[in-house]
Amino acid sequence: MNWSRLFGFQGGIHPGYHKDRTSNRAVKRLPFPLRLILPLDQHIGAPALPIVRPGQEVIRGELIAKADGFVSAPIHAPATGLVKSIELKPTARGSLTNSIVIEVLRGDPQEVMISEPHDIKNMNHDELVNAIQDSGLAGLGGAAFPSHVKLKQLDSKPAELLLVNGCECEPYLTTDHRVMLEHPEDLIQGIKYAMRATGTQRAIIGIEDNKLDAVEVIRNHLQADDPIEVKTVVTRYPQGAEKLLVKSLLGREVPEGGLPLDVGVIIHNVGTLAQMGKLLPAGEGLIERVVTITGTGVDKPGNYKISLGTPIGFVLDTLGIDATKETIILGGPMMGPAVGSLEAPVTKGTSGILVFHERDFIDREHEKVYPCIKCGRCVDACPMRLNPAQLGWLAASREYQIMADEFHLNNCFECGCCSYSCPSRIPLVQYFRIAKATNREQAIKQQKLEAEAASGA
Amino acid sequence: MARKPPRIELHTAPHAVAAQNVVVIMRNVVYALLPLLGYAVWLFGLSAFMLILVVLLSTLGTERFFNWMGKQGSTLDDWSAVITALLLALTLPPGFPLWMGVIAGITSIALGKALFGGLGFNLLNPALVGRAFVQAAFPVAITTWTPPFIVTRFTEFIPSTFTLPLMQPIDISQWLATSGIDAFTGATPLALQKFQSIATPVESLFMGSTAGSVGETSAILILLCGSYLAVRKMMNWRIPLYIFFGVVATSALLQLIDDTNPDPLFMLLSGGVMLGAVFMATDMVGSPITPRGIMIYGVLIGFLTVIIRIYGGLSEGVMYAILLGNAATPLIEMVTQPRIFGARKAPAKGGTDD
Repeated sequence: MNWSRLFGFQGGIHPGYHKDRTSNRAVKRLPFPLRLILPLDQHIGAPALPIVRPGQEVIRGELIAKADGFVSAPIHAPATGLVKSIELKPTARGSLTNSIVIEVLRGDPQEVMISEPHDIKNMNHDELVNAIQDSGLAGLGGAAFPSHVKLKQLDSKPAELLLVNGCECEPYLTTDHRVMLEHPEDLIQGIKYAMRATGTQRAIIGIEDNKLDAVEVIRNHLQADDPIEVKTVVTRYPQGAEKLLVKSLLGREVPEGGLPLDVGVIIHNVGTLAQMGKLLPAGEGLIERVVTITGTGVDKPGNYKISLGTPIGFVLDTLGIDATKETIILGGPMMGPAVGSLEAPVTKGTSGILVFHERDFIDREHEKVYPCIKCGRCVDACPMRLNPAQLGWLAASREYQIMADEFHLNNCFECGCCSYSCPSRIPLVQYFRIAKATNREQAIKQQKLEAEAASGA
Repeated sequence: MARKPPRIELHTAPHAVAAQNVVVIMRNVVYALLPLLGYAVWLFGLSAFMLILVVLLSTLGTERFFNWMGKQGSTLDDWSAVITALLLALTLPPGFPLWMGVIAGITSIALGKALFGGLGFNLLNPALVGRAFVQAAFPVAITTWTPPFIVTRFTEFIPSTFTLPLMQPIDISQWLATSGIDAFTGATPLALQKFQSIATPVESLFMGSTAGSVGETSAILILLCGSYLAVRKMMNWRIPLYIFFGVVATSALLQLIDDTNPDPLFMLLSGGVMLGAVFMATDMVGSPITPRGIMIYGVLIGFLTVIIRIYGGLSEGVMYAILLGNAATPLIEMVTQPRIFGARKAPAKGGTDD
């Protein structure tokens, strides 16, 4: 039963996956660092509002920052300790961000003392969505979009189906794989909560066919009357992109500029739902996550449960990794940012820490970029069926607006297939990011001008 | 953290890249051409070898000259000029005067490539630009053929090879007669068919034991070498298939209309169709990148080839068909932009969906 063959998306690539180094290693816990750094905007949306002040003691699991509005997520203390400061700290994305710094109390048993058990059976939809927001869950697959937002029922767009994304198509990463193997009950529980919250009657778990053991484990844990199905999809990057998974499993194309909900689908990552299944009954907050630590610069790769806010430098020190003259990537090698500071912390969206020797990658700064020879590989690789070559030519002459208006630039979700496959080593995705950012700036400027004109008149 | 601040390398995603870069692709195209060159030397001897060498040197020299003129580093290391030279040499007759080969080499790079801005910017296939130039300049020399397997081919040159610069080549029919070749008419299978209605057996076309340009004669060898590139995903195999389809469909149709027209199999295997379709039309720079564009491009070239062969003044039409296909490529691309994922039924304003 190979659904991708029937309906699958076009394009995509087959990079070296290198998952077998960590996929059979059970999740281990990493010790607490001396100091935790918790950025207030580790999710997409409005940054959380801190409700603690420097010098205050916090207990593991305690709420330390509340959600600012609906599209926002609260933050809980990952360890018992003392709030040291709330200050600007470097993050993986490069910018300094307001963060709560907690000095971890040594010798504390670090048990989660705070919880408000929920009576989920008697909750209505809105209460359930609120409870999920209170847990601080955000997409653990990497995007870190607040999970409850997608579960909110909209009368205008009823959801018909819950898709559960177990593809983990990024090379090297095995966190979702391990979660599916080790916590299938939590996952199934979480799926049921999400279905209740959205009112969907059916769920499909989509898993790439390089993780058949996970497929089997989950199938064994499903009851006969569970309205949940497990389906395999072919292993091809970026199968785990939500629009493409919808296409692969259901044959439906999410319209340009739309969301999966436009075709009646809600999609969540397996890691997120497993956490939901675990946290929700006890009413606990999200304080740790599974992270894959691997790469050619790591001698003992593995999957680790790490407290949110743990600085990357501490992780590498603990595992005895000398990160000098290395590239450190948070997330996968296709979309993950390289970190510029070892102080940058593990956040809700961090699925992996990859350490590579400098020589493992094309040094894009110094490698010769050849002219586009129009081989068309980017066109073949683009899963959104854009024309990256054409976009690249336009980007070279800074025709950013034409790129957006006539060549669908905004449909690019930056999977990196074009840059990966380009034999001329043209940094296509990198161009597109600049183009999008410039267009956004331009639009804001335009709005300001119009507002001024309106107020002046 | 009480340690020296580490040096961390920063890159932007994606960090992983496919192994094949431009140089690897170009080098492999050269590898794929080597068997053709070897076979050509075996068929036609010293003259073919000399011609390949001279064209190669003049082409590379011209490329380097324009690098120097443009104050840029040498671009010889990307191997694309080597491909141009080898392809050009393969399309010339074995006894082609060397000085004319030099002219062809210079024009192919100067007019076909450097004029447009170098690799990636040329509209037309540079090798074919050079070929078209000498076709127009030296119409007799470029249609003077020698048969393969001349006994003395490894001990002496075809006399026309060493024609002095700016001189017309001598008539080689007398020399051919003394070399033990009697009934050679000096014509390619296509010319025989077109002007004298003499058919050439299919086996000869497959194996290449016919008169013709240096490297165009053996269909089977060309297909094998092309398959290597296709398997290594360094060539778009769809282009030759569409061209073959275009050739077969057009010639079958024309044969239906008038049964004195040659049959599709002959059309496919004779002349430069194989070499052109597999190695010339697939030149990445001059061919479209959109999937539907590739289809139109291939069929168009196949169609034009047959039309020129049957209705044109020349016996061979592949070269002009490919050049026309190259020229039409920007237009073809414009009208065949891919339909994007999730495109809405009514295209957005200003959209290029068709």
